[in-house]
Amino acid sequence: MQIILIQGFAEKLQPMTYLEFEQPLKELNEQIEKLKESEQKNGVDISKAIRDLEKVLKEKTKEIYANLDPWQRVQVSRHPDRPYTLKYIEYITGGHWIELHGDRTVKDDKAMVGGFGLIDNMSVMFIGQQKGDTTKLRQYRNFGMANPEGYRKAMRLMKLAEKFNKPIVTFIDTPGAFPGLEAEERGQGEAIARNLYEMMQLKVPVICIIIGEGASGGALGIGIGDKVLMLENTWYSVISPESCSSILWRNWDHKVTAASALKLTAEDMHDNKLIDGIIKEPLGGAHAHPDEACALVKKEILKQLEKLNRLSPEERVNNRINKFCSMGVVIGK
Amino acid sequence: MSWFKRIKTGITTKNKEKKEIPEGLWYKCPECNNVMTSEQHADNEWICSKCEYHEKIGSREYFAIFFDDNAYEEIAADLISGDPLGFIDTKPYDGRIRSTISKTGLKDAMRVAKGEIEEQKAVIACMDFAFIGGSMGSVVGEKFAMGVDEAIHHNCAFICISKSGGARMMEAGYSLMQMAKTSAKLTQLSNHGLPYISILTDPTTGGVTASFAMLGDINIAEPKALIGFAGPRVVKETIGKDLPKGFQSSEFVLEHGFLDYIVSRKEMKKKVALSLRMFAPDFVEVKHSEKQGK
Repeated sequence: MQIILIQGFAEKLQPMTYLEFEQPLKELNEQIEKLKESEQKNGVDISKAIRDLEKVLKEKTKEIYANLDPWQRVQVSRHPDRPYTLKYIEYITGGHWIELHGDRTVKDDKAMVGGFGLIDNMSVMFIGQQKGDTTKLRQYRNFGMANPEGYRKAMRLMKLAEKFNKPIVTFIDTPGAFPGLEAEERGQGEAIARNLYEMMQLKVPVICIIIGEGASGGALGIGIGDKVLMLENTWYSVISPESCSSILWRNWDHKVTAASALKLTAEDMHDNKLIDGIIKEPLGGAHAHPDEACALVKKEILKQLEKLNRLSPEERVNNRINKFCSMGVVIGK
Repeated sequence: MSWFKRIKTGITTKNKEKKEIPEGLWYKCPECNNVMTSEQHADNEWICSKCEYHEKIGSREYFAIFFDDNAYEEIAADLISGDPLGFIDTKPYDGRIRSTISKTGLKDAMRVAKGEIEEQKAVIACMDFAFIGGSMGSVVGEKFAMGVDEAIHHNCAFICISKSGGARMMEAGYSLMQMAKTSAKLTQLSNHGLPYISILTDPTTGGVTASFAMLGDINIAEPKALIGFAGPRVVKETIGKDLPKGFQSSEFVLEHGFLDYIVSRKEMKKKVALSLRMFAPDFVEVKHSEKQGK
């Protein structure tokens, strides 16, 4: 069992992009690759040496990932090999889902996707920001930055789910709501505000999962749920560390300090009771094992839905409102 | 050749003959350079008499404008921020809070009070830009929430006057969640059938625009206020060219359908009061003669 795990681990690491702090892993992987090649070429059995190295690799990965600082986690959350919303939906529904388009007012926002899908024969409305995986697609998806029509499309789909009494799952992965000229003309602020207000009162169960970046109002705009969960290596805050640095220190050099100061990791957000739970990622991060990450998310969704389905709509709405109303720390009350 | 020639150079008035004019006696409009006495300016609700420029004012001034006879009772006046994250940027957040409190005499960026507007009970939450740019942290969220509870308790309208740069960075995740919290409270107000009037003043941006400021049963703005989600500098950087004239002004936002009306500060109380009467179950006209006779 252990060997299979280790092998699977080594295979999937190959094509990936390595972050700066992952360089030791890159070197180990390259060594393993060389050994495997020479084993094939020369026909000599060196499987023990390979296994030993793979063990070292696993240990090293554990070590690196157990000690990530907040800025490193921000980097992992933006890793280009991380699964994005559509990947999660495809995996979770086994491809049994129908994408729905448009806000019925202006256009179809490509940065926000959604539709009904089946999860263990249960119909669920999936919604989320979508990033692209090539330069062209990244532009097509506007880097996961939705316009007002994206938030209104999301709301249209949520109302649709509510009408047919289907639970809602949102995947949050955005560097922010798009700060463009037309976004302002079409009321970016109003679109997000309306979503906060309406999501608060949805009668069906709502689960929100931060799968990558959770930047500010753009994230919160689809982030009001009965359960708000963060994947282990994601961030969620009022501003990105870079922007925070540029505003408070007038340059980007303090992004590492800002990342720590903002307390934006899943662990910090959970400790501060600003989210409801953390979903563990596979060893080495979701980008190293996308399928495993999707499977873990699916398991969590099923677990949470089972709990939420036991409550009445009124209980869910009341709990949801009370939860968000309890957030904040003041002196003198 | 000129008619007169200056013989002595420099200022020759002796120091003891110089007339001292106390600071703050005059107001010079930053828009049109019109000069008025500060007293005239205040009598004109801090509006320039020439170009109608609405100077930024705080909760004290707005309460005086709105509440009958400037009589009101403040709610949760003593709440201050708890610095939940121990945030330190160029200086520690708790020190920043303390020095801003002593500098401005305010406890945070919002004050909430209940009183009467043309004899109708109302709770007004008003933001103070002087306090860290009117930024929204836990205190603003909590005061807003308590204001809504007060309105529900007294079965009266809730009014919020926004003036904010957005969410307060130093409370990070907590600040973000105040957007959710304030929106949640507004659903409760709505469920009681009570009106919420949002008044947007210069400037209203970021997380405040993207939550309670845009959620009014009616949204009102003062003329020429900056209203938007992203700040103009960010939008300019995004599109890589200059912004059109009047972009993100109240007039622009009205034109695009996100405001019900724009009203001068001088007319505001009257119009808000009329709106409140129109929301009320039974329309009751205020008898001004009676009121004056009091």
